[in-house]
Amino acid sequence: MTTAVVADADAVVENRPAGRASVVLRHFLRNRSALAGAAVLVLLFVLAFCGPLACHWSYTDIDYTALRRGPSARHWWGTNGIGQDVFAQTVRGLQKSLLIGLLVAVFSTALASLVGACAGYFGGWTDRALMFLVDLLLVFPSFLVIAIISPRLKAGGWIAFVGLLAVFGWMITARVVRSMTLSLKEREFVRAARFMGVGPFRIIWRHVLPNVASFLIIDATIAVGGAVMSETALSYFGFGVQPPDVSLGTLIADGTGSAVTYPWMFFFAAGLLVLFVLAVNLVGDGLRDAFDPTARRRTGRRG
Amino acid sequence: MGAYLAKRLGYYAVLLLAAVCLSYLLASLALDPRAYFAGRQPPISPAAVDHHLTVIGVNDHRPLLDRFWHWAGRAAHGDLGRTIDDTSVNAEFGRRLGVSLRLLLIGTLLGTALGVLAGAWTAVRQYRLSDRLVTLASFALLSTPVFLLAVLLKTGAIWFNNTTGTDLIQFTGEQSPGLTGGFGTVLKDRAVHLLLPTISIALFAIAGYSRYQRSTMLDVLGSDYLRTARAKGLRRRSALLRHGLRTALIPMSTYFSYGFLALFTGATFTETIFGWHGMGEWFISSINKNDVNSVVAVNVFAAVVVLLSGFLADLLHAALDPRVRHA
Amino acid sequence: MGGEDPVLRVRDLRVAFGGVDAVRGVHLELRRGEVLGLVGESGSGKSTIALAVLGLLPDSATVSGSVRLDGVELRGAGDAALSRLRGNRIAMVFQDPLSAFTPVHRIGDQIAETIRAHRDISRRAARERAVELLDLVGIPEPRARAAAFPHEFSGGMRQRAMIAMAVANEPDVLLADEPTTALDVTIQAQVLDVLRTAQRATGAAMLLVSHDLGVIAGTADRVAVMYAGRIVETAPVHELFAAPRMPYTLGLIGAVPRLDGGTGTGMLVPIPGAPPAPGALPSGCSFAPRCPLADDVCRAAEPPLRKLADDHLVACRKAEELQGAAPADVFPVPEVPRTPAGPDDRPEVLRVTGLVKTFPLLKGVAFKRRVGSVYAVDGIDLRVRCGETLALVGESGSGKTTALFEVLGLSAPEGGSIEVLGQDVAGLTRQQAAALRGRTQIVFQDPMASLDPRMTVAGIIAEPLLARGVARAEAARRVPELLRQVGLEPGHADRFPHEFSGGQRQRIGIARALSVRPDLVVLDEPVSALDVSVQAGVLNLLRRLKAELGLAYLFVSHDLSVVRNIADRVSVVYLGRTVEAGAVREVFERPLHPYTQALLSAVPLPDPGVERRRARVLLAGDPPSPTQRHTGCRFRARCPLHAELAEADRERCVREVPQPVPHADDHVAACHFARPRAVLTAEA
Repeated sequence: MTTAVVADADAVVENRPAGRASVVLRHFLRNRSALAGAAVLVLLFVLAFCGPLACHWSYTDIDYTALRRGPSARHWWGTNGIGQDVFAQTVRGLQKSLLIGLLVAVFSTALASLVGACAGYFGGWTDRALMFLVDLLLVFPSFLVIAIISPRLKAGGWIAFVGLLAVFGWMITARVVRSMTLSLKEREFVRAARFMGVGPFRIIWRHVLPNVASFLIIDATIAVGGAVMSETALSYFGFGVQPPDVSLGTLIADGTGSAVTYPWMFFFAAGLLVLFVLAVNLVGDGLRDAFDPTARRRTGRRG
Repeated sequence: MGAYLAKRLGYYAVLLLAAVCLSYLLASLALDPRAYFAGRQPPISPAAVDHHLTVIGVNDHRPLLDRFWHWAGRAAHGDLGRTIDDTSVNAEFGRRLGVSLRLLLIGTLLGTALGVLAGAWTAVRQYRLSDRLVTLASFALLSTPVFLLAVLLKTGAIWFNNTTGTDLIQFTGEQSPGLTGGFGTVLKDRAVHLLLPTISIALFAIAGYSRYQRSTMLDVLGSDYLRTARAKGLRRRSALLRHGLRTALIPMSTYFSYGFLALFTGATFTETIFGWHGMGEWFISSINKNDVNSVVAVNVFAAVVVLLSGFLADLLHAALDPRVRHA
Repeated sequence: MGGEDPVLRVRDLRVAFGGVDAVRGVHLELRRGEVLGLVGESGSGKSTIALAVLGLLPDSATVSGSVRLDGVELRGAGDAALSRLRGNRIAMVFQDPLSAFTPVHRIGDQIAETIRAHRDISRRAARERAVELLDLVGIPEPRARAAAFPHEFSGGMRQRAMIAMAVANEPDVLLADEPTTALDVTIQAQVLDVLRTAQRATGAAMLLVSHDLGVIAGTADRVAVMYAGRIVETAPVHELFAAPRMPYTLGLIGAVPRLDGGTGTGMLVPIPGAPPAPGALPSGCSFAPRCPLADDVCRAAEPPLRKLADDHLVACRKAEELQGAAPADVFPVPEVPRTPAGPDDRPEVLRVTGLVKTFPLLKGVAFKRRVGSVYAVDGIDLRVRCGETLALVGESGSGKTTALFEVLGLSAPEGGSIEVLGQDVAGLTRQQAAALRGRTQIVFQDPMASLDPRMTVAGIIAEPLLARGVARAEAARRVPELLRQVGLEPGHADRFPHEFSGGQRQRIGIARALSVRPDLVVLDEPVSALDVSVQAGVLNLLRRLKAELGLAYLFVSHDLSVVRNIADRVSVVYLGRTVEAGAVREVFERPLHPYTQALLSAVPLPDPGVERRRARVLLAGDPPSPTQRHTGCRFRARCPLHAELAEADRERCVREVPQPVPHADDHVAACHFARPRAVLTAEA
C-alpha cells in the first residue's frame, strides 16, 4: 500500500534551500555597516577585558608625579587631576558599562517576553492586569524612579543597579511581544496544537517564543545600547555606579569640566561610549534587515 | 468617538492617581530628610530638625500612611505641601513650569516637524547619498546620550567663544543676569540663551522621529493604494503627498507618545547642564537635598506630561485615521 | 481607425527583478472592444505584465521591449507623459480593493480625484460625476455612499467602486488584475456582470488577468495562457477550451474539478510537479520537467510561439500530436480507489443538531463593553458517517469555520448538541475528551500558516503523537511511514516547512492529522490556497486515503466544484443556518433552496459553450449583518423567489422560520416554497 503511492508525489525538492540561520548570516555579512559595527564591538570587548592586563597601572593607582599629564609612553591616555591613569580608568569603566548593559538587556528581554507572551496568550484578566502594570510603569519616568532608589541601594552595589534598570526597561518590548503573541495565537499552527491537546505553557515555549525570537534578538541587541546610555546618564548625575567604582558615566562627569583644557580626560571616555552605542545600533539594524530581508528590498513582485 | 476619548481620559486619570500615590510612598521610603540637616555648621539640634520636619509634614517618626493621608488630603485641594527649606512647593512649581515648558515645547515641536520631514524625504530617496548621510547622522545622534550631546554642545560653544574672542553663544541660564535694555535687547538675549538647549532637544527628536518616519513611509511606498493613485494618473510628487505622507503619519502618533517620555528625560539633563532652573534641575537638586515633597511634585508633573501627550496622541490618531474615528 | 488595428500592442516584453526573469518575451495584442483573458498560475508573471504596461513596476525592475498604445510607444516615455495616459486612456482594476484604496480619503473623493487629474472641471462637478459613476456600477444610495471611507464598504462594493474609478474617464484600455479573486462566488458573479457592462458601455478593450479558468471562459473573447513568464498558447476562447494544443493548457483543463461532475471516474488529472520558481528555470522548454511527452529536443531549447492556425499560436513542438487529445491521454490518471461497502449501515462519527454560537460584539479599547451579539452559528445540522465525506458549504461569514471550531473544541455548545463517535460532548470527563481529541484531527487552509516555521517536518508530524503521550522514539519511528503515505520522501523528515512547495506543505499537514489514526478528519478549505494543477493532486490523495484508511471527512469549502469532486454529501449554510442538505449529486442537479440555486449558478464553468448559455440566478446586494436576529426566513431580502411570490405567501416568509423538510431520500431543504431548478446545464 505504501510503496506505490510515491508516484503521485509532487516534484521532489532537489536543491535543498539553505537553512534559516545561514540565510540570516549571509544577509548580515553582506551588510557592510553592520559588519563594521560587529568588528568594533569585538574590539571594544577585547579592550575592556584584556586592556587591564596590558596596562601596568590599576584604575585605583595614583601617580603623584604625574598630575593632568597628556598622553605619553608612561601614561598612554594621560592622567587625571589626582594622577590616576586615564587608560586604566577608561578601560575599567568600559568593562563595567558593558557588563551592566549586557546583563540589563538579558534580564529585561526575558521579563518582557514572559509578561508579553502570557498577557497575549491568556488574554482576559491576566492581560488587563499585566497591561495596567505596563502602563503604570510607563507613566513613571523610569529615570526619576531609579534616581530616587538607586543611591539607597549601596549595599547591593552595581548588581542592584542592574536589577533596577532591567525592571524599568522591559515595558515597550513586552507590549510588542504581546501584540505579536495575539496574532500568533490566531495562526493556524497554534490553533492546531491547541486542538491536539497541547498545554498552554508548552505552546508558549514551543510555538510562541521561537516565533518571536528574531524580534527578541534584535530588541535585546538594541537594548544593550539603551541600557548603557541609561547607566551612563544616571552615573553622570551620581545616581548610578558609586565611587570608588567607575563607569563611563562617572568618568565623563569627572572629565566634563576639563573638556576644553585637558581633553584626554573627557574625550576618550565619551568617544568610546558613542562608538559602542553606535556599533550596537548598527548591528541591531543589520540584524533586523537580515531577519526580514523583505522589509529592506520591496520588489513588489507579484504572480 | 467622544465616548471613546472620555473613556481614555478616565483610564489616564486612574493611572495618574496610582502613579502619584506610588511615587509619594516611594519617595518617602527612599529619601532621608534628616540627612539634609546633618553636618551643618553651626549644628542644628535634633529637636529643631524634628520640629522642622513635622511642620513640613515629612517627619519619619510619624507612620508613613499618616503622612501620606495628610499629604493626599492637601494635594486633593491643590496644595502640594512645603519644600524642605519650608517654602511653598506650589510657588516653586509655578516658577519652574514655564521654564521647562518653553524649552520642551519649542524643542519638541521643532524636532518633530523636522524629524517627520527628514524621515519622509529620506524614505523617498532610499539608498541615495542623501539618505545614507541623514541615516548615518541620525544613527550617530541616537548613539550619543543626551547629557553627552549637551556637554559636547556646551564644550563646542566654549571653544567657539574662546576662538572668536566673543561671547556670542550663551550656555548658562535663561537670561544674562542684570541685563538692562529695551524689549528687543531682552528678546535677543533670551533667544541666544535658548539656542543651545533647544538644539540639543530638537536634535534628539529629529534623530529619533526621522528613523520612525522613514520606516513607516517605506511601508507606504510599497503599498497598493499608492500604486492606485499613480494608476489614476497622479504625478509621483502629488501621489506621495496626498496619499503617502498622510497615511504614513498615522502610526507615528503612537511613537509621539512614547517619544515624549524620552524627550522629557532628556530635558532633565539638558536643563541641569545648561543651568536652566526648570523641573528637571529641580528634581536633581531635590533628590540631593532629600526633599520628599518636591520630588513628588516633579513626579506628578512628569506623569501629567506623559499622560497628556498620550491623550494628544490618541486625539491625533483619531484625527488622522477614519478607521479609529468610526470604531 | 480600422477595427483590425490593435489598440494596445506589446512586443517582446521582458521584466526582471534583480536579475531574476519574471516575464520573458511576451507578445500581446488587444483590439478595440475585445476581452483578452490572460490565465496562469501564481508566479507565472501575469500581473507583472499589467503593471509593466502602465509603467508602474518598482524601480528594482528592469524592463525591455515595446508597449504601444494606438501606435505610440509608451516604453521610455517620461513620467509626465505617462501620467496623462494613466487613468485616462489606460485604466486598471486592482486585485485587492481594500488595500488599493487609500484608507484616509472618502471613496467619492478618490473617484473625483481621478477625473480632476485629467479634466479641468470643478471639484463640485467631479464629485457629482463620481456619484453618477457609483450609481452606474450599482451601488445603492450612491450620494450617501460617496462620503463613506473604504473600510465602511463591503468587499463587493469596494470592487464596484474600483471599477467606477477605472471607467471614470472612459478609457480605451482596461486592465483588470484578478478583479474577483478575493470575493465570494455570488459577489463575484455580480462584479463580473458590472465589469462586462462597464466594458461594453465604454467600448474599451479589456485585459482580464485571472487564474480561474471559469471566469475566463465566461468573459474573454480570446485567451492567452502563461507559464513561467511566457505565453505558451493563445487562441479564441471556444477553440482554446475545445481543442487545446499545448500539454500545459490541456493539463490545466484536466486538473479543474467540474461543478457538473464532468466525465469519467471523478479522479482529477493532476500535472505532476510544481511550476518552476523564477530564477530556477530548466533549460529548454520550461514545462518539459512536468510534461510526459517531453523528449530530448524539448529539453534542449525553448520552443518559439508559432502559428498553428489563423488565430491560434502555441509554443510546443508536439502541438500536432495533440490534435483531439483529452487530458487523460497525456497525463497519467491515478487509479480509482475502491470504496468500502454500502452507505446506510455505517455508524455515525459526528452528529451536530441545531448548533448555536454567538460572540459578544464589543466596543471600546481599554474597557470593552458588550453592545450586541454576533450570531455566528444559529442552527447548523451535520451528520457524518464512517467512511463518508460531508461538505459544509457557505460563503465567508456564514459561520462554517466557527461551527468547525465548536466541534473540535469538544466542550458543551451554547445551544444544540454535538455527538462525536456516539458520545455527547456536553458530558465528557477530561479523560474522555482527551481520548476523543485523538480521534478527530484537523487540516487547515493555509499550509504555510498551519505548520510552525521553526519546527522540522518530523517534529510537526510527531506533535499530535507526543501530545497524546506516545514515547518520543515510537513517534519518530512512525514519521517515515506517514510521509510515504502522503507521497513525500521519508528522507525529508529533517527539513523545514519553507523548503517545500505549497502542495507538499499541505501533504505534511495531512500527515500530521493522520499520525494519531483518527476516525474523523476535519478539512478547513484544504485546497483553496493551492494552484489548480497542484490542487488536483491533493484532492486525489484525500480520496485515496479515505478509501484506504476508511476515514470520514468533514470538508469545509466555499468552492462548489471541489465539493462536487470530493464529497458524498453536502450541507449548505447561509448566515449560520443549514438551508439545504443531501447527497451531492441530488443537491447539485436538483437544488431546492433558492440560495443553493443562486450559489450553483454563480460558479463559473470552465466551458465557454455551457457557461455563456446557462440560467443565471443573480443575487442582489451583500449578505445582511450577522449581528441582527432574524425573524422568519433570513434569506428573503435577497431571495429571487421571494420577490415573485404572492402577498400572502410572502407574509409566511416574514413570519415563520423555515424548518428543514425532507423532499427526497437524503435531501432536505429549509424553504417554504422549495422547488427544484436546474442551473448547471445550458438553457435550450
